[in-house]
Amino acid sequence: MVKAEDGVSMDNELIVIENAVVSYREDIALRGVSLKVSKGEFVGIIGPNGAGKTTLLTVVNGLGKLLEGEVRVLGHYLAAGNGHSLRKRVGYVPQVQNIDPRMPICVREVVMIGRYGILGLFRRPGRSDYEIVDEALGLVGMSHLAQRPIGHLSGGELQRVSIARALVQQPEVLLLDEPTASLDWKAQSDILELVKMIHDTRSLTTLFVTHDLSCLPVACDRVVLMKEGNIWGEGSPDELLTDINLGLLYDMPVSVVEKRRKKAVPVN
Amino acid sequence: MDFSIFGYQFMQNAILSAFLGGIACATIGVFVVLMHMPFIGVCMSHAAFAGALLGLWLGFNPLVGAFGLSLLSAAIIGPLADRGELSPETSIGVIFSLMLGLAFLFMGLMPGTKSGALELLWGSILTNTRSDIILLGIVAVVVVALVFLFFKEIQATIFNRDTALAVGIPAALFLYGILFLTGATITASLRSIGGLLIFSLILNPAAAAYQLTYNMKKMFLLSAAFGVLSGWVGLLFSYFFNAPSGATIVVTSSVIFLIAAIFSPKRKVKGWQSQLLQEEQP
Repeated sequence: MVKAEDGVSMDNELIVIENAVVSYREDIALRGVSLKVSKGEFVGIIGPNGAGKTTLLTVVNGLGKLLEGEVRVLGHYLAAGNGHSLRKRVGYVPQVQNIDPRMPICVREVVMIGRYGILGLFRRPGRSDYEIVDEALGLVGMSHLAQRPIGHLSGGELQRVSIARALVQQPEVLLLDEPTASLDWKAQSDILELVKMIHDTRSLTTLFVTHDLSCLPVACDRVVLMKEGNIWGEGSPDELLTDINLGLLYDMPVSVVEKRRKKAVPVN
Repeated sequence: MDFSIFGYQFMQNAILSAFLGGIACATIGVFVVLMHMPFIGVCMSHAAFAGALLGLWLGFNPLVGAFGLSLLSAAIIGPLADRGELSPETSIGVIFSLMLGLAFLFMGLMPGTKSGALELLWGSILTNTRSDIILLGIVAVVVVALVFLFFKEIQATIFNRDTALAVGIPAALFLYGILFLTGATITASLRSIGGLLIFSLILNPAAAAYQLTYNMKKMFLLSAAFGVLSGWVGLLFSYFFNAPSGATIVVTSSVIFLIAAIFSPKRKVKGWQSQLLQEEQP
């Protein structure tokens, strides 16, 4: 396990999770998870369904309910009901959402929602907010669809809009919860490239939950493997993402993992 | 035709009530339609009816009972809808039937004539008094003012509560605020439109506006316009055909919805998109 040394300065560790226990109804979603993420890191989080990956993200953006442990994000200690000011500084990109195709709201307005938290009550978006929104739309390649009703977009386009919405928050931390799930292969790699580019140019700290193993090694500084509410392994992608490890993580024989990964990786 | 009827005080009161109630109900309707929770509204309006009957039976102000029970039902359903733990349809179904049962129970236990109770069931906009109009006016002004003041938070909450929460908006607070306003609007309109019919004046104008625009501000404006139009045209029909006003108002709002649905550009999404594509070409 690769862990940050105690000597590392506090300022550099944007996210510190210590022994976090989170439960939903009867199920324990996180069983004493500890994780430190330094400023500027790109961390991939991988694991089977139900491993607690999404819960880990909700702990970071202050929506998770801690039973035990301590969470500090951007110098902010997580406690019940105090997360609104933290969330203004944390961008969150969810899985592809179902959107009512007749919803009366256009792409530009959806991206502007990212500014609403920072603006606060009683303040309307001004010219600078629209400039930030239009810049983000350009960055994710959605300028031409700015006036389109949000419900008319494809899954890949919706994720670009979600990323733009997270960006206009001008966040310090970016969380992505399987942003490429249910997208086609090309859209998946396009989105990952886009996220990596944004991570680098905006010097963000990024946590990326994904199942897309083929693209991850290129992007991540570090990979966290999760299983059954625990962190099962942590390290560099090349070291950790071996067929043996993945076999253990997903409870599959190594030979099957090998076969499937060969199939999954497209020929370049 | 004889229009001298509009010179009478009761008719002027009715016209003003239809204007204020139409705006309040139709504005609330936009929330109900866009947040996909029509049955929460139905449930709350029946709770208000039951609460008013409780007041009539026990001898306190029926509007206090209506407001109390509709808020109580919102307080039960709100968290269920918010967390999505129980299937909301099931829990709303249970509460809805309970409220209807309570209403008929209170009506049965009530001694003497039931005309007051039936009036709350059907509504009677033509007997509205000054105090009814003041209450409707307050509710209409508060609803419109809150939508104006908190438009961006409301827009985000309506679009997606999880998204609103993730950008730092207290979405649960706005959800409960919307439910509270729904209860207040239903209570204030109960005497004019009636417990059984009030919900169509909430749903129909907003559903009609929903067919016609992709802009949320326009949807609020269109919905309010349709609400007022339903009230006024319904009043006219009520007068000329000597029919119950609550019923004519509701039927009018349904006809407006039908017309909007027939001419909806959203039903021809393909044609609409090809028009956009042409615009995009250099």
